[in-house]
Amino acid sequence: MLSINITMIIPLLVAACLPFLSKKKLPFHIGWFVLAVPIVLFVIISSYIPSIASGSTYLHTIEWIPAYGIHFTTYLDGLSLIFGLLITGIGSLVILYSIYYLSSKESLHSFYLYLLLFMTAMLGVVFSENLFVLYVFWELTSISSFLLIAFWYYRKGSRNGAQKALLITVSGGFSMLTGFIMLYSMTASTSIRDIIASIDQYVDHPLFVPALVLILIGAFTKSAQFPFHIWLPDAMEAPTPVSAYLHSATMVKAGLYLVARFTPIFGGEDLWFWLVSGVGLITMFWGSFRAIRQTDLKALLAFSTVSQLGLIMSLLGLGSIAYHLGVNENSVPFTLATFAALFHLMNHSTFKGALFMIVGIVDHELGTRDIRRLGGLISLMPITFTVALIGSFSMAGLPPFNGFLSKEMFFTAVLNIHQLDLFSLHTWGVLFPIIAWIGSTLTFVYCMIFVFRTFTGPYQAEKLEHEAHEAPIGMLISPVLLAMLVISIFFFPNLLGDYLITPAMQSIFPTFTPSFDLRQPISPWHGWNMEIWMTIGVIILGTLLYRSFRRWKGVYSLFSERWGFNALYENLLEQLETRSSSLTKFYMTGYLRDYLVYIFLFLIIVTGGIFFFTDAFSFDPSGDAPIRAYEWIIVIVMVIAGISILFAKSRVTAILLNSVLGYMIAVLFVLFRAPDLALTQLVVETISTVLFLLCYYFLPEWKKEKTTNRTKITNILISISVGSLFILVALAVNSGTLFETISKYFENAYELAGGKNIVNVILGDFRAFDTMLEVVVLFIAGIGVYSLIQRKVPKEEEKLEDQ
Amino acid sequence: METLIIILAGILVMIATYLFLSKNLIRVILGSAIFSHAAHLLIITMGGLKTGSVPIVGEKPIAYTDALPQALILTSIVIGFAVTALFLVLAYRTYRKVGSDQLDGLRGVRDE
Repeated sequence: MLSINITMIIPLLVAACLPFLSKKKLPFHIGWFVLAVPIVLFVIISSYIPSIASGSTYLHTIEWIPAYGIHFTTYLDGLSLIFGLLITGIGSLVILYSIYYLSSKESLHSFYLYLLLFMTAMLGVVFSENLFVLYVFWELTSISSFLLIAFWYYRKGSRNGAQKALLITVSGGFSMLTGFIMLYSMTASTSIRDIIASIDQYVDHPLFVPALVLILIGAFTKSAQFPFHIWLPDAMEAPTPVSAYLHSATMVKAGLYLVARFTPIFGGEDLWFWLVSGVGLITMFWGSFRAIRQTDLKALLAFSTVSQLGLIMSLLGLGSIAYHLGVNENSVPFTLATFAALFHLMNHSTFKGALFMIVGIVDHELGTRDIRRLGGLISLMPITFTVALIGSFSMAGLPPFNGFLSKEMFFTAVLNIHQLDLFSLHTWGVLFPIIAWIGSTLTFVYCMIFVFRTFTGPYQAEKLEHEAHEAPIGMLISPVLLAMLVISIFFFPNLLGDYLITPAMQSIFPTFTPSFDLRQPISPWHGWNMEIWMTIGVIILGTLLYRSFRRWKGVYSLFSERWGFNALYENLLEQLETRSSSLTKFYMTGYLRDYLVYIFLFLIIVTGGIFFFTDAFSFDPSGDAPIRAYEWIIVIVMVIAGISILFAKSRVTAILLNSVLGYMIAVLFVLFRAPDLALTQLVVETISTVLFLLCYYFLPEWKKEKTTNRTKITNILISISVGSLFILVALAVNSGTLFETISKYFENAYELAGGKNIVNVILGDFRAFDTMLEVVVLFIAGIGVYSLIQRKVPKEEEKLEDQ
Repeated sequence: METLIIILAGILVMIATYLFLSKNLIRVILGSAIFSHAAHLLIITMGGLKTGSVPIVGEKPIAYTDALPQALILTSIVIGFAVTALFLVLAYRTYRKVGSDQLDGLRGVRDE
């Protein structure tokens, strides 16, 4: 049997072949070739079901970066098995559907390339056992999802939707990575299983809570939880097979997977419970509330996905209480919640996939998916209607469909909670069943809108682009198969429960086995209890609300678009752009003087600040050489010459004053017993002066500078501060000798190098590299001067942009 | 003597900084020339002034002034000269091309 490592790479390998296939004219739709991949993978993964159900797990490691303990490790257990089956199973159906959905005029090879890339990425997320490998695949899902949303890149909406999805999910991904790094630095392990085994020692670690929150943010952004749900409705610009696959069945469940996978690590914390189930419930309510208002069928389904993901998330949160209670009978109702979460996760994938495909069919056959233009399709598209009915009734939680079972279990879980004297649940816990019940009622309402507004009522032929007729059989296969699954899960739920969910429960609650029975029998009928009355209440109130929708529609005007999270997001982006642009424009003026001011100010503040705060002032003139009168004169002459340069009216005066400075320095070098320096300084100063004079001949007479007094004062202040700082630092350095100079060594010049002039020996023998490079500098400058003068001034080219 | 030279160098730095902040290209170049003077003075001062004789090995063993800073300055003078020369020619070219030696006028191309 192929190891999982190799299995999950197969889509990537096939994707790599696709560009070559596209060059040739294939006699068949390229999708048929691609279809083989998920089917093969599904078969391979299914073959593990019996052994996983009997409690075994599979671990495969390929070394990647052993120095950091990062290995390409896959772990196949109950939880990853469920996701693997969903990804490959729904993937097969979606590819089959897409073969009929996309015409061969589209760039099919890139579509399937992105899709296969996504499939590998998603399989990587669920099978990876290493934190950082998991993150790599996590980002790959974001990227491939970005590519798929913008598949019709010539549409503005697609590009915006893709950008929004990428920005939100990648920011979440970064926060998750930070959380992972914190986990790694706490436990010094990158393996999720090792971390689960050792996490008890680190609960009081200061990084524990930040890691928890950051990882949850990653999961919430990916799974479109409140308030990060805004990207999902915009991602509906993608082709419908993509929406069905990524944005209902797989990618948005990656966050749920992450929460389920990390429940053994963070599960016992009350913060985890409140965040996961609280955010989940809010999302569930808000998603279902917003879904009712939508007129676009896909947007309606997007909000319903948000709502259902919230439901599953809140169940996972409730399930984590079991960790707090520990292994005993009291935690049974809460392990049931996790069981319900996994069960609903699978149910949701089946019915939501089918519903998206139905919307795709309606869109494809009629040219619109606006609910206001549709109606009366029941007799024209009977099969489509049947599937839509099954899907939406299951979503609403009605028998005999699988959604009914998971909704009952959801009610059971929220009803159990408010009796608990834990996490201050005795006060707030009562809100759980109430919000859950209201959310379910709203879910019922939009499900009715979805199916009855589309398929019943008057048929409006004039508003449609095409005549209504049943879809081709190939497009119907996948939704019909999913609908059949919806019904069969209702009648045989325990098959799913025993073979898939119970092993997954063991991976969420590893410490509970084997002393604890995690298996929960699901029965379609469980007697006249509170849950069933709640469902009846949902149906009655939901029907009333649906009937009277026109009358209470006004409620939505209270929630103006201007105050929504979308507006906040748009505003944030816009402000970010304008603010950063104006900030850059403010300080990047393009004037050399301004930049020099920044540099000098930085120097003054940082060097001066350090000097001031470390109290580095020291002044000790005791070691100074004596000063003679004519030395005073030289210095005073230099100061006067220097200052006069600033006030020189003509540039010739300025040059001559500059050469006065240069020659005076040469004289100082004589006094300081440096004959070579004095010689060089004299020659160089002479040549420089000649050069200056030569250049000035070609340059305009300098004008009086037009500067405001304020600039002048700033300039003066800056120059005085820089000069004083220079003096302070130099004095402080001069006041102390830390160690002997090494120059004594060079005084053996004659013995070591055979020269008597020490300076020359240093330049030519001891430190000849300096001299060589200095010669190179002179050489480069010479070439530069030559080419600058020789190069012809090109004629002004008229640029297109300037016209 | 050292203190005096340090203060002199500091004054030169002040002058150079003020010239740097000016709008005229030639004044900026002049500033850089004065700045290098200040640097050379500082380097030689740090080696100690007038502590011995000229660093040329003679017949009798005596104390010499520190030769290492002198070698460093010698290198620095040449490099400073090369850079100043290049700057000057660059200013000349800029003036030929743009027709101005005012730094405010040098605003780059519009479509940048």
